[in-house]
Amino acid sequence: MLKKEDKIFKNLYNEFGWEIENAIKRNDWKDTKKIISKGRDWIINEVKTSELRGRGGAGFSTGLKWSFAPKELGSRPHYLVINADESEPGTCKDRDILRFEPQKLIEGCLIAGFAVNAHICYIYIRGEYFNEGKRLQEAINQAYKNNFIGKNACGSGWDFDIHIHYGAGAYICGEETALLESIEGNKGQPRLKPPFPALVGLYGCPTIVNNVETIAVVPTILRRGGKWFASIGKPKNTGTKIFCISGNVNSPCNVEEEMGIPLKELIEKHAGGVIGGWENLQAVIPGGSSMPLLSKNICDTITMDFDSLIENKSGLGTAGIIVINKDQDIISCMARIARFYKHESCGQCTPCREGAGWMWRILNRVEKRKATFSDIELLSDVTKQIEGHTICAFGEGSAWPVQGLLRHFRKEIESRCREEPLIKKKTNNPYLVDQHLLENKNA
Amino acid sequence: MSLKKVHNEQPKEFKFSAENLKKAEDILKKYPEKNKKSAVMPFLYLAQKQNDNWIPLAAMKYIANFLSMPYIAVYEVATFYSMYNLAPVGKHFIQVCTTTPCLIRGADKIVKLCKEKISSKENVISELGNCSWMEVECLGACVSAPMIQINDDYYEDLDEKSVKEIFDSIIKDKPLKPGSYRGRSNTSPEKNKASNGEKHA
Repeated sequence: MLKKEDKIFKNLYNEFGWEIENAIKRNDWKDTKKIISKGRDWIINEVKTSELRGRGGAGFSTGLKWSFAPKELGSRPHYLVINADESEPGTCKDRDILRFEPQKLIEGCLIAGFAVNAHICYIYIRGEYFNEGKRLQEAINQAYKNNFIGKNACGSGWDFDIHIHYGAGAYICGEETALLESIEGNKGQPRLKPPFPALVGLYGCPTIVNNVETIAVVPTILRRGGKWFASIGKPKNTGTKIFCISGNVNSPCNVEEEMGIPLKELIEKHAGGVIGGWENLQAVIPGGSSMPLLSKNICDTITMDFDSLIENKSGLGTAGIIVINKDQDIISCMARIARFYKHESCGQCTPCREGAGWMWRILNRVEKRKATFSDIELLSDVTKQIEGHTICAFGEGSAWPVQGLLRHFRKEIESRCREEPLIKKKTNNPYLVDQHLLENKNA
Repeated sequence: MSLKKVHNEQPKEFKFSAENLKKAEDILKKYPEKNKKSAVMPFLYLAQKQNDNWIPLAAMKYIANFLSMPYIAVYEVATFYSMYNLAPVGKHFIQVCTTTPCLIRGADKIVKLCKEKISSKENVISELGNCSWMEVECLGACVSAPMIQINDDYYEDLDEKSVKEIFDSIIKDKPLKPGSYRGRSNTSPEKNKASNGEKHA
């Protein structure tokens, strides 16, 4: 369990005040000038030593990402972009950082901006977080007033400006290239990679895109040393992480804990246990809705870190834990997630655009006990056809949860299916698009 | 990708107010001069705020001229993002999150209450003329589920009783305060057991 003094986000619940005076009391902006004066290489090396992995879902090494930015400033300016488009169902950690620890984020932006040669930083906040954005703007203004950012930020000689850009309710803009498209004033459809944003990003310039939590932990890492951060958690899965525990638990909450904490401990100690007791647990989605669910027997022993979840064919993602107990209908829960992906697909790649709706319609049939056994194979096939055939990872994100359902709850699905096709004549099933085929005699 | 209908009664003209023109100038300063197209999203927000929370086609044409970009490019952006309303909404615009974390804590009951108290159909303005509601996808406050957003504010930790109170208050044009309705401080763990979270229908 994480020691109190090792907590990075001490004001996660706003017990001590978010304003800059209070943030300074919590050691924000302490020795920032000294940190910057140690130079780019030292900062990137220290972040590499800490083995910090990106907190936005993919878990890519942050130090390594920063080192991809060109070392020297060429003819094109560099940009730093912060991804605060938090829309993954089950995740609400960035919201609390924006509301209650904005100075950590702003300080992190300055240091990261310096490390990757960027003078300008855009923070892309989802449009629904209007009040959070307003709060962040206030915090930015306070930082400007104290000369922590702006011209000659913190007396380091580095000029640094931060701008907020609001999204407008598109989940896909959490994907880094879609986010860049959105800032450029286009609809948010992902770009093909390579070229990676580190070389060709915003306005065609080198751009580093990082999640809010990743950037917000950087100042503390540099103040206390990469080795300190690496000593928490497990090897290759180091440091602390904010877990969001939602769903059927007695007291849902956000909590900062060390990586590699057992899931059971996390739920019982911090979230007051599963409603109806641990035995009443049906499944857990461990990392936001894009990650496959885990059945109860895996939940008994699993630890929450990137690698052990991958071993169990799931992933840590954003660490948004959705607990589902036995009182819920698991099929309808997953059908609702499939509906989410159907709604949020950007429509660029055919497998995802068509497949997401298709999976939703089949799951809906299963939920209503109108599916046939062949539908199960069809469903599994559709998920395989989406996975790996799309420009961005949204395809995987929509297919994996369904694959997880098929893996762990196949019996439940089978028990709701019938042998013969139920719909032989035209019925008013709004979700059946291939209805016309059934009217044909040879169908 | 959201499916949206453009309203059939459109105003002929649209212009930024003097106050918004000043705001627009400030927004343009954020982006490099040759990339002023970036301002299209903030401009659409400005237009939406100025025009009772919805964007008429005339505003899109105006913004296209303002930023010297094709009208269709503005139209494309306005129809792609779900937060731009292309038809009038209520003065109190209720958005109910119904994605799984909210659903399993009883979001369907809130939807039922919307149908009873606000209007029987989504996106249709209530009889009294000041409210409308719609179902939306995850609003990013999952540990405070179920929750709704009314205009810019989040109402969290709801149950049927509190939702009724909130709806009554906005129907009377005197909205209650946003925030948690179980009296907890932000997203901290509670000692008392939560009352919602029974089986959803």
